[in-house]
Amino acid sequence: MAVKVMIPTPLRAYAEKRDHVEVAAKTVGEALNSLIARHGELRRHLYQEDGRLRSFVNVYLNDEDIRYLQKEATPVKDGDTVSLVPSIAGGISTRLRWES
Amino acid sequence: MRLRLTAQVRDAIRAHGARGYPHEVCGALLGRDAESEGVGALREVTAVVPLENRRDDSPRNRFSVTPEDVLRAERAARDQRLELVGWYHTHPDHPARPSEFDREHAWPWYSYVILGVAASEPGEMTSWRLADDRSGYAAESIEEA
Repeated sequence: MAVKVMIPTPLRAYAEKRDHVEVAAKTVGEALNSLIARHGELRRHLYQEDGRLRSFVNVYLNDEDIRYLQKEATPVKDGDTVSLVPSIAGGISTRLRWES
Repeated sequence: MRLRLTAQVRDAIRAHGARGYPHEVCGALLGRDAESEGVGALREVTAVVPLENRRDDSPRNRFSVTPEDVLRAERAARDQRLELVGWYHTHPDHPARPSEFDREHAWPWYSYVILGVAASEPGEMTSWRLADDRSGYAAESIEEA
């Protein structure tokens, strides 16, 4: 199964500046493993030391978050797109510290 | 590191910040990264995607962007043959400096533009990049195109 894995701009430096790679995979987890097999430097940005996906990294299969599917065991089919999506947040910290 | 913002981009960020006051607002920066690396490298922002602040709990001092919004911004960039080069957000009644919360939640590589808004008047605009090892921010000079 040919699957497209989209790489967000902050991580392209670790993937020869590519915006996506095409891999053969049956599940989302296999697609991510194939990506890392090609571009090993991505591993530390995507996974924690215990092998779990980092919490600041979301993985989408087409338009759905894999957390609400079967996570990395989610099956993929020919033509699917797997997107790595960074979590974006920020703001003034002091006031929240006082409130909490 | 240098960040060039067109007049249209600067005006759009200021108008969004004033409109959203006293809440924080945020949006995506679309443009082109520098072809070279190093101190003199120039990144250019030519378009913005203003986003809705999805924080219902503390919109005055927090922003968060849903993954769907990030995907939408990435697609908008691709459609315009641009790259998603960073994000902007406002600090209502606070200086335009990154907070500890900003640092904990930032990614390297992106440009983070912060606009101070005091009593609904847009003020200082600054830009920052997180170090690769997440140890701190480096200021990025803003140039007007």
